[in-house]
Amino acid sequence: MPLLDVKHLQTRFYTGEGVVHAVNDVSFHVNDQETVGIVGESGSGKSMTMLSVMRLIPQPPGKITQGEVMFEGQDLLQLSLPAIRRLRGNRISMIFQDPMTSLNPVLTVEKQLTESIRVHMKLDKVAARDRAIELLEHVGIPAARDRIRNYPHQFSGGMRQRVMIAMGLACDPKLLIADEPTTALDVTIQAQIVELVKRLKEELNMAVIWITHDLSLLASLADRILVMYAGQIVESAPLDQLYANPRHPYTLGLLQSIPRLDEAQKAELKPVDGMPPDLMDYPQGCPFAARCPYVIDRCHTEDPTLEPVSDRPNHAVACWVKPNGAAVLETARAIAH
Amino acid sequence: MTTTATTPQTQTLVRIEDLQVHFPVMQGLIFQRQVGSIKAVDGITFDVRQGETLGLVGESGCGKSTTGKAILQLERPTGGKVYFEETELTAAKGESLRQQRREMQMIFQDPYASLNPRMTVGSIVGEPLEVHGLATGKEKRDRVAELLHIVGLNPKFITRYPHEFSGGQRQRIVIARALAVNPKFIVADEPIAALDVSIQAQVVNLMQKLQDELGLTYLFIAHDLSVVRHISDRVAVMYLGKVVELADRVALYENPLHPYTQALLSAVPIPDPTIEAKRERIILEGDVPSPTNPPQGCRFHTRCPVAIEACRYAPEPEFKDAGDGHFVACHLVH
Repeated sequence: MPLLDVKHLQTRFYTGEGVVHAVNDVSFHVNDQETVGIVGESGSGKSMTMLSVMRLIPQPPGKITQGEVMFEGQDLLQLSLPAIRRLRGNRISMIFQDPMTSLNPVLTVEKQLTESIRVHMKLDKVAARDRAIELLEHVGIPAARDRIRNYPHQFSGGMRQRVMIAMGLACDPKLLIADEPTTALDVTIQAQIVELVKRLKEELNMAVIWITHDLSLLASLADRILVMYAGQIVESAPLDQLYANPRHPYTLGLLQSIPRLDEAQKAELKPVDGMPPDLMDYPQGCPFAARCPYVIDRCHTEDPTLEPVSDRPNHAVACWVKPNGAAVLETARAIAH
Repeated sequence: MTTTATTPQTQTLVRIEDLQVHFPVMQGLIFQRQVGSIKAVDGITFDVRQGETLGLVGESGCGKSTTGKAILQLERPTGGKVYFEETELTAAKGESLRQQRREMQMIFQDPYASLNPRMTVGSIVGEPLEVHGLATGKEKRDRVAELLHIVGLNPKFITRYPHEFSGGQRQRIVIARALAVNPKFIVADEPIAALDVSIQAQVVNLMQKLQDELGLTYLFIAHDLSVVRHISDRVAVMYLGKVVELADRVALYENPLHPYTQALLSAVPIPDPTIEAKRERIILEGDVPSPTNPPQGCRFHTRCPVAIEACRYAPEPEFKDAGDGHFVACHLVH
C-alpha cells in the first residue's frame, strides 16, 4: 500500500471574477521512502495540489470539491480539523520556498522550533530545547547551542532554510513536502541543501515530495517525476524514462527549451510557443492543445486522461498523440552536432 | 551567428579600469559619521568587445548588478574609470552624460516593476524618443509600431497598459524601450530570471536575433550558468566584489581555472540522470562573507577547498592572463 494515495483531487477557487480551476482531477501516489518530484511552471497547480493534500487551502475562496487523499489508511479530506492538526508537522510536514516569510521575525529560532516539538511530542521545555539543538546540529548549523537564541534575520538565506528543514523534521515525519525549498537560494547553497535533504531522507527513512520548476534539479534527486500543466498531471514517469523518453509534448518542449551546462553550441533554443491557459477560462479539450506542435483535431474537443504508455507500466501520459520523445531528442542532438 | 571572441573583430567598446563602488555605512541620528563601507565592487578591470556578449555571473551579493549600473553611471563609481569608445564616462556629467546614454541602455530583471503601470505601451516605448528629441508625432508613433514589431509584439498593442501583458510580453516591451534610441551597448541585468521556464527561451532567442540584426553588444548579467553558457562569447565570474576569472566561453566551461568557478559549475544541475549519477560535486561550505569586511588575503580562502597557508596571508592574488586571454586571480594558478 502506498504511503500517500491521492485520487481525483479537484480544487477550485471561487473569486469575484470567476472560478479558478486550480487542481483538476489529480491522481498520484507516493511510496514509503520514495522521492517524488513535481515539476511545473508557476500556476501549474503544483503547490496548490500539495496545499490541498495538507488541507491548507484558504477556505473560502478555495474549496476542495472532489477527491480522496489516503495517508496511512485514513482519508485526510474527511478528518476533523483537530485530527488533521495532529498530523501536520508531525506525520507529514512541509517546508516552503522563502524561509524569510515562513519564519516569524519576532520570535527566536528556539521558540519556533520547540513549538511543534512541545505540541506533538509532549516534551517539557528543557527536553524540547535539547531536541531542538540536536535537530539544528543535524541540519548542519554550527554552534547550534548558541545560535538557537538568535532571530531569523541573524541567519543567512541558506542557514534559514536549514532552520526550516529542522522544523520540518522535528517530529520524525513519514512524509516531507518540500515546496521549492531552494528557489530563493544561490546555486552553491542549493547544492548544499540538496545534499542535506538526500542525507536526511536516508537517515530518517522518510518519503519526500520535492516541488520545483527546475527539471535539471530533479535529475539527481527524484525516483519518479510528475509533470504538471494547467492544474493537471500530464506525465508521470520514473526518473530515467522521463529524461530519456518523454512522451508528453509539454515535457519534451520543456527539455528542449532549457540550455544545458554540458552543451556548448550557441544554437537557437526551442521555446514552447504561446502561454499557459487562463485557469479562470479553462479550455475545452487538452489544456496544452493551443501550444502543442503535435496537435490533432481530437485534442480540441476531448481532454485526455493519464493512461499508461503501452509497454511501460510505470510511465503514464495524458496525451492523444504520445510522440516518441526519445527519437525527437535524438534527432535534435544529431542536428546540433 | 554572432561574432565570437576568436574572430578578428575584437575592437573594444567599453573599457573598465579598476572600478570601485563602495557604499558608506553610517551611524548616528543627527551627527552621522561613517563607520565602514560596503565594498560592493572592489576594483575590477575588463573590456567589453564590440559585438560580443559578455556574460557576468556570480551569486547574489557578489556585486554583478552594481557593476552593471556603475558602467552606465546609474550608480556613480567611487573609484576607477569607465570608457565608452573614446569617452571617459566617469568624468562625464550633465548634458554630455545624457547624450552618451543614448548609446547604452539597460534591461532590468523584473518586467513587473520596471514598467510604469499608468503609461500605455506607446508612451513607454516612445518616451526615450521624446527625451532624446529623436521623433515626435506621427514619426514617433511609426517608430514605436516598428519597435513593437521588431520585438515580436503586435503593433496594435500600442494603446494597452502593462497589466494586460504576461511576463514574457512585458520583457519584450522593456527590450523595445531599450532599443528605441538605437543603442550600441545594452546591459541586461538578469533579464529572464523572473520568467517561466518555457518563456525564458523565447526572450533569449529574441535577444540573440536582435544582436545579429542590429549589431548590439551585451553585458549579460545572470546567476544561471547554463543560460550564460548558451548566450555568451566570453564569461566573467565575480565573487565578493572582484572578478576572479574571465575567459572565452569554451575555455571557462571546459577548463575552469579558479576553484570558485569549478565549484560553481559543479553545483549546477544537468537535466540528465545518467550524467548526474556520475558527477562529482564540489560542495562549498558556509556562506559568502560580508562585503563590509572581506577576508584578508585571497577573499575566497574561507570557502576554498584547495586553499593553502599563503592564501590567508599573502596579498590578494593578481588578476592576470594565464594564457590565451584566460584571466584568473588565484595564487595556485600560474
